[in-house]
Amino acid sequence: MKKLATEEREGMSLIVGTVTHWVCAFIVLFGLYIVAYGHLTPGGGFAGGVILACGFILLMLAFGRKRLAAILPLSRASALDCIGALAFWVLATAGILFGGGVFFKNFLPLGKRLRLWSAGIIPLCNIAIALKVCASLVLVLVALSVLRVKAGGTDEDFITDIEEE
Amino acid sequence: MLMNLIVVLLMFVAIGAVIAIWTRDLLSAVIAMGVVGFTRTVVFVLLRAPDVAITQVVVEVLLLIILIRSAVRREVHTVEAGRNAPGMAVAAAFVVVMLVLGVIAIRELAPFGQPLEVRAGDAPSMTYIKEGKNQTGSGNIVTAVLLDYRGYDTLGEATVLFTAVVGAVALLRRKSRKRADEAAAPEPAGEAGPAIDPDGNQDLRIGQEETE
Repeated sequence: MKKLATEEREGMSLIVGTVTHWVCAFIVLFGLYIVAYGHLTPGGGFAGGVILACGFILLMLAFGRKRLAAILPLSRASALDCIGALAFWVLATAGILFGGGVFFKNFLPLGKRLRLWSAGIIPLCNIAIALKVCASLVLVLVALSVLRVKAGGTDEDFITDIEEE
Repeated sequence: MLMNLIVVLLMFVAIGAVIAIWTRDLLSAVIAMGVVGFTRTVVFVLLRAPDVAITQVVVEVLLLIILIRSAVRREVHTVEAGRNAPGMAVAAAFVVVMLVLGVIAIRELAPFGQPLEVRAGDAPSMTYIKEGKNQTGSGNIVTAVLLDYRGYDTLGEATVLFTAVVGAVALLRRKSRKRADEAAAPEPAGEAGPAIDPDGNQDLRIGQEETE
């Protein structure tokens, strides 16, 4: 069990690593597309955020937790989570200040329809939700896999790298 | 034709769900859950609901990764505990009641494929469909409803997710765990205490965490 956990931390085989190198950027790009075009095509903040989280989780599965911690440390993930939630709330509240006292008022100009820059605050809300969902899901998986190793109960230093950040 | 296809796919869903509960092998159960999720995705695509289908498929992929990581590759590969007869009787009764209620509810629905304006021309959602493009400027009516007309709901949903993650991270962080370890230090046998359950019930617990 101990050997297994150590191997797992280093990541998976060379083949998985190479394919991940090729695929990961496309996954993240697709996630960004789903988020950015959420007001024009199917998709939106939630689905795009999950796809972005899938990209990070693929990195973690293929190269181990250390690699993920280098890109998205837990502190940064928590911060992104809070920033996303707060930005969504601020956008909703800004309607009270700038939109004549209505919560969730679309106070920005709507722009020309079916263009990327249109629909006022809706794309901004999508981005905020995507940040929030992506960070949340990465945090959930990291937290749960720590719990998993703890349940195995043999590898002590696996748990410590959650605390380093 | 479409209806028959959907019925066949929904039967796949039902069979997958039954196998997921019935099998004692955890990996088989996870794969059966995958069958349920991906078949539902196909049903959503056939029903012309791409937004729901995209969300369903990405959540399903993530859920399978989490379930496989937490359920498989551990000492516990199969569920050993015997079936609980009274519990199963209650569950069966619940399923029958929900089935009857579901049939009653479906009888009340509009016929499949009937447009909304035929049945309820003055429903509030007709306004969303007719005016949504101009009022919100969004080309995707689903996003227009989610983030403009029903923004409150989305805010509540985001709050639920945020609270769940804050709770999970707060419970699992190092500081509280260290203290629990120190408390359990006199008896080393109980060191893995907070996380492990002797009956192998931790899978159940992880599953619950995830549903949140």
